[in-house]
Amino acid sequence: MRRLGWLRSTVASAVVAAAALGGLGGGQAAAQGKQLTLCWAAWDPANALVELGKDFTKQSGIEMKYEFVPWTSYADRFLNELNSHGKLCDLIIGDSQWIGGAAENKWYVKLNDFFDKEKISMDDFVPATVVGYSQWPKNTPNYWALPAMADAVGWTYRKDWFSRPEIQSAFKAKYGRDLAPPKTYDELKQIAEFFQGREIDGKKVYGAYIFTERGSEGITMGVTNVLYNYGFAYDNPKKAYQMQGIVNSADAAKGLEFYKELYKCCTAPGMTNAYMQEGLDAFKSGQVAMQMNWFAFFPGLYKDPNVGGDKIGFFVNPAGPKGHFTQLGGQGISVVATSDHKDDALAYIKWFAQPAVQQKWWQIGGYSALKAVVDAPDFPKSAAFAPQFLESMGIVKDFWAEPSYAQLLLDMQKRVHDYVVADKGTSQQALDLLVKDWTKVFKEQGKEVASQ
Amino acid sequence: MDTMTTILQPDHATIPGVSKPVKSRAARRVHGLSDRAIAWLFVAPTIALLLAINIFPLIWMIRLSFTNLNLSMSYLPLRFVGLDNFRDILTDEDVWFRLQTTAQFVISSVALQVVVGFGLALLINRQFRGHSFWTTIILLPMMLSPAVVGNFWTLLLQPQIGPFNYLISLFTGVPTSSFSMTGQVSLAPWTIVLVDTWMWAPYVMLICLAGLRSIPDYIYEAAEVDRASPWRQFWSITLPMTVPFLMLAVLFRAIENFKMFDMVNLLTSGGPGSTTELVSISLKRAAFEKWRTGYSSALAIILFVTVFGAANIYVKTLNKVKQR
Repeated sequence: MRRLGWLRSTVASAVVAAAALGGLGGGQAAAQGKQLTLCWAAWDPANALVELGKDFTKQSGIEMKYEFVPWTSYADRFLNELNSHGKLCDLIIGDSQWIGGAAENKWYVKLNDFFDKEKISMDDFVPATVVGYSQWPKNTPNYWALPAMADAVGWTYRKDWFSRPEIQSAFKAKYGRDLAPPKTYDELKQIAEFFQGREIDGKKVYGAYIFTERGSEGITMGVTNVLYNYGFAYDNPKKAYQMQGIVNSADAAKGLEFYKELYKCCTAPGMTNAYMQEGLDAFKSGQVAMQMNWFAFFPGLYKDPNVGGDKIGFFVNPAGPKGHFTQLGGQGISVVATSDHKDDALAYIKWFAQPAVQQKWWQIGGYSALKAVVDAPDFPKSAAFAPQFLESMGIVKDFWAEPSYAQLLLDMQKRVHDYVVADKGTSQQALDLLVKDWTKVFKEQGKEVASQ
Repeated sequence: MDTMTTILQPDHATIPGVSKPVKSRAARRVHGLSDRAIAWLFVAPTIALLLAINIFPLIWMIRLSFTNLNLSMSYLPLRFVGLDNFRDILTDEDVWFRLQTTAQFVISSVALQVVVGFGLALLINRQFRGHSFWTTIILLPMMLSPAVVGNFWTLLLQPQIGPFNYLISLFTGVPTSSFSMTGQVSLAPWTIVLVDTWMWAPYVMLICLAGLRSIPDYIYEAAEVDRASPWRQFWSITLPMTVPFLMLAVLFRAIENFKMFDMVNLLTSGGPGSTTELVSISLKRAAFEKWRTGYSSALAIILFVTVFGAANIYVKTLNKVKQR
């Protein structure tokens, strides 16, 4: 009996020890052979995520596999995957506009219970990212994703060119003010016109780079930065889906005209179908003075040996006559409802939400949306573009996130490209047609669309 | 005189030491099948495959074309909408504009390909030094993937660094960056015709070459005896005798160009605006970007019926030409 008692206590101790070890490293043994597939776009932050994910594997023993698809086919590829209830992705970092469709179609796992259980509070994240990436319906406490990659449209400029005395004096002589990063779109256009066709270091340079891509979302993600600031809104804030006179208001038409003027006066030749990569190429090759692009690319640009470091500066999307906003980018991370590894995927989200992990995420090239990271006193000094990023995240607006967002987006792509690049009709006609297109889409979706 | 080979079967009964083969049960069973049954046995797997991957999806698509199915909103109840999708398509100005753009592209590119392909075939039909080498070079574009062609032509046509603009500038004096082949409304449609012709004229050449080589030499010899000029020989012998081949090339290329997607998508994405948005690009956008499954199924059926009808009329004409 005594011997048995000793045996029992030894076994009990072993079980306790094993359980304790399990909490530290024992889980690693249990997780051997487990694998999670994370789907996202192929771009700079994805490389940072791979690096970050090594810590998760080290801690949990779960191998991470990645499916990264170029931006131009990212939506097609993954929406197809989600639509067909495929099992390729366990975790997906889906675009902000997908959230409505993903929630309504039950492609993502609803995370409310999980957040409650794990004490993950959405109050700890930047409000715009919670609304933009996690909530559906918007502004309700229904969460389908954890804000993963905060992003917005910002601008880079050639600080070295701006600071040259001969360029500064020429600018002052022409416009009667100092050459400095623009605060308004009128100033931006002036600066762009000033640089357009100018010879710098024996090379012809151009004023500005803006988005004009036709196929996916490019020109829409570009033009909205001007439209918002000229008074454009998606619908009447007091009457949902009432777009007549809002989307196609006279102010919005002026904004669209301005974007076309900027495209015509101050961009490099051949930029008729250009998005993120073309912008990076134009800036890195020393072709343009100012570049519109997503903040996500700024860490890479800052490190660029030719145009980075002291040569590059950053500024927030300039204001317009009717306001100061910028286009929201970025994504949340979600668990795919058809995944066979939901528990492991949730474990990844739990790990990813930790402040220390979020801090490292920001340090290695990702953009954290956790307040503990971005509201830290030393954050503005942590990177050259951090103050502009912080300011931008406070003024973001997003495109429709309705389940029918793809139709709405493609309609806008067509109408805007037709007007800006193909010179078809007037800005007012383009926006009138857009209202017509969007009304049709919402009616098909069963929404009530008021005309006034 | 036809020669026939008779395979003599050994008569087992007459060869000493060789016993008559014993038929297995399976062999006896097969032996019991009629020729027709054996034929069916052989074609059955192919027919089953055809039904599974061609006919069934077609029937399913026809069914979907009468519904409101939108895969991005699959939570909405599936409704039978009758001919609504077809009515929407046929009354949509944009669809007619896309069809017009497609027709312009098909007619221009096929016409150019026939002229260039036939010219190349006449050239290659002659024997000259380096004949095989040049034939291979001419055939190279056809062997490339449309994705590769789209990408490298995008680079060639880049206004600032592309050699195409440089060459035009060299010969005309127009500044290289002053025009964009893929970005200007007036040039983009011709650019896709140009690139498609570059890629597929060799294919037309191959078909025409087969036609040219099928013309018996004695016809030309007789024409020479009659002192017919080379020009007269071309109009009276070469062209009429290769017309069926040319028509075949036109049929193949027209069907292919009607479906053209990949190369145009890479070169212009249908832009600038919607200038080069062929109906295939519209269909892809409706089906796999907007996820309007019911609508896009109806559009696919309309396109299928159009191509099928046009091809049938064309084949009947082709047969009449052949009979002449």
